[in-house]
Amino acid sequence: MSGTDGVFEEANGRGTTVVDAPPRSLADLAPGTAVVVIAVVDDGEPAVVRRLHDLGFTPGAVVEVVRRAPLREPVLYRVRDYEVCLRRAQAECVHVTEAER
Amino acid sequence: MNAGCHDAGGADATLTEAPRIALVGAPNSGKTSVFNGLTGLRAKTGNYPGVTVSRFVGTARTGRHRHMVEDLPGTYSLEPISPDEQITVDVLDGRLEGADRPDALLVVVDATTLRRSLGFVAQVLARGLPTCVVVTFTDELARRQGRLGVDALAQALGVPVLPVVGHRGVGIAQLREQLTTWRTWQAPAVPPPTQPGERDAWADSVLAFAGYRPPERHRMTQHVDAVLLHPVWGTAVFFTVMVLFFQTVFTLAAPLQGWVESLGGWLSGQVDAHVGNPWLSGLLGDALIGGVGGVLVFVPQIVLLFLLLALLEGVGYMARAAFLMDRVMARFGLEGRAFVALLSSFACAIPGIMATRTLPSARDRLATMMAAPLMACSARLPVYVLLIGLLVDPSAGVGPFGAQGLVMFGLYLLGAVSAMPAAWVFKRLGDRHGQAMPFFMELPPYRLPAPRAVLVAMWSSARAFLRKCTTVIVATSVVLWLLLNLPLHTDAQLRAAGVDASDSVAVSAYSVDHSYAAGLGRLVAPVFDPLGFDWRINVGVLSAQGARETFVATLGQVAAAEDPDQPAQALASMTYSDGPRAGEVVFTAPTIAALLVYFVYALQCMATVAVLRRETGTWRWPTIAFTYLTVLAWLMAYLARTATVLLGG
Repeated sequence: MSGTDGVFEEANGRGTTVVDAPPRSLADLAPGTAVVVIAVVDDGEPAVVRRLHDLGFTPGAVVEVVRRAPLREPVLYRVRDYEVCLRRAQAECVHVTEAER
Repeated sequence: MNAGCHDAGGADATLTEAPRIALVGAPNSGKTSVFNGLTGLRAKTGNYPGVTVSRFVGTARTGRHRHMVEDLPGTYSLEPISPDEQITVDVLDGRLEGADRPDALLVVVDATTLRRSLGFVAQVLARGLPTCVVVTFTDELARRQGRLGVDALAQALGVPVLPVVGHRGVGIAQLREQLTTWRTWQAPAVPPPTQPGERDAWADSVLAFAGYRPPERHRMTQHVDAVLLHPVWGTAVFFTVMVLFFQTVFTLAAPLQGWVESLGGWLSGQVDAHVGNPWLSGLLGDALIGGVGGVLVFVPQIVLLFLLLALLEGVGYMARAAFLMDRVMARFGLEGRAFVALLSSFACAIPGIMATRTLPSARDRLATMMAAPLMACSARLPVYVLLIGLLVDPSAGVGPFGAQGLVMFGLYLLGAVSAMPAAWVFKRLGDRHGQAMPFFMELPPYRLPAPRAVLVAMWSSARAFLRKCTTVIVATSVVLWLLLNLPLHTDAQLRAAGVDASDSVAVSAYSVDHSYAAGLGRLVAPVFDPLGFDWRINVGVLSAQGARETFVATLGQVAAAEDPDQPAQALASMTYSDGPRAGEVVFTAPTIAALLVYFVYALQCMATVAVLRRETGTWRWPTIAFTYLTVLAWLMAYLARTATVLLGG
């Protein structure tokens, strides 16, 4: 699981604190990690952002990575009391930060 | 899988004067359960005018009040991305010609996912129609230590709120009562915000006011998923479920089938004993009881197949299967939901093709639709059972599994494995600059399915099958019976041919062999000779072009005509009547293998062709599907025959 921009070589839930790093996305996380959504970014498809919002991925929402499918994709997330799976392309649109626990 | 197989009646026109109430909600919200509760088994299935999304309309009766209730396709959002969701929005906005705007709305929300669902409620309330919120799964919320003040929620939302446990029928009576007061439902004076940030704040305040405590995690789901979605165990369970599925269809239905068979035997005995006219008795005995009856025998298996599919869907396993298979599907350019559509095609390609409407991408839809007819539908089941019965000894087995069931599983697997590259090809053909659509899929907690929903699924499948038997198959059988029995032969002709006119078995064998049907079968012989088919199989294959089950009816008729006393033996001992193979047994392993494989691939279903035409809007795609599948069927059957011969079969 390599990060999209080379900063996060191995994000395993403990995660190194990188200051001023590019925002990490849901796609960079290992199962068991809990994070908070900062923003959902447009990858040229505004409909994707709307849908992710409507699915509950809004800024401030707590997301937990539940598990990966046996073939690594899609990944199951828990958000707003229910479980939904996304492929990597969609997960990359959701920028997140470590949950304060 | 809530689209009825082969159901295409129009929506009830007489109800247009009754107030129209539409049900909206997310998939898995229990919406259909509420709909079934309100309308009972009287719901009608049809299509929205001009588009091909199926429409479910029923009547809710309360005293002398009648309300037309419409179950709109499930959606997570009123910003549509799939054809299904587009319909829901168009109906809500009164933009769909021919479908009037509903007078009022019932928004169905799952109490256990209220924090997500309120965003959708906000979007619906902003439409400004009189609205009532129906909260489902309140029992599950309580079981999982959650809490919700229903009255406070109503106060905070500004619209009536009713708790309903759809599958137990709890709250349905109150909801029906509530329908009569729809005029008093208010759209809230100040509609809730729909911009995500403000909407979240609004939802939080509403939930706080209603004393909402979200449910604990569903422990059982977590434990079960740890196994069912495990890389190794999950995959193993997946294949075991599939094998058991077909074993069950075989073993459980067999005794029921025996009863239907003996009923048919008794009926034809009665016909023989009481109907004097040989033509009438032949028509009743051979065409109707021998032909159509031979197909009716499969009602138990087909109902059982639909029952198992409805159960897998109802408990939530289908979504898991889609989750496991998504990556595999991605390899073929598709996604997990395409897998569910293909899996539904195991029951019947028609609900499978309809299920592709949940796919946002038009290209994905098309590719899935073109592959769906390859999935072994229930119409193939009678053909497979008949032919496997001729091929494999029922007592043979491998370990705990019967050999017949394993062959059946293999045929289903062959269809499924072939569907993938087919879908890939069609995806590639049109997808040179296609926009990738977002993929998301909810995995609902495991739940016991509502018995009523399962019964409805079974009943509608049985009804559709019976309708097919009483229309297409009866008509084809009668035509075939005529073709098999004409022209008539005089005694002089028989004598000239060296047939003893007093030996009824010899006469009927001669008549069948010189019938119009035989002529027709011999006409196409050059095409099917390489596959080892004789004229009788050719007639069967031709007659099955409209509906696959007719093949069984045709062979039943041919067998009954050749040897009226022992039709079951007649098939197994049937020999080629002419040509280079004359005198040899027809149903040898290579011929049966070729025939089975032919049925795996060929598109022999007019209803599927018609649905493809409807769903794609042109004749182009059904024509392409028909051509490629028929050519493929012939080639693969030839391969199967050659391979079986090489293996010494």
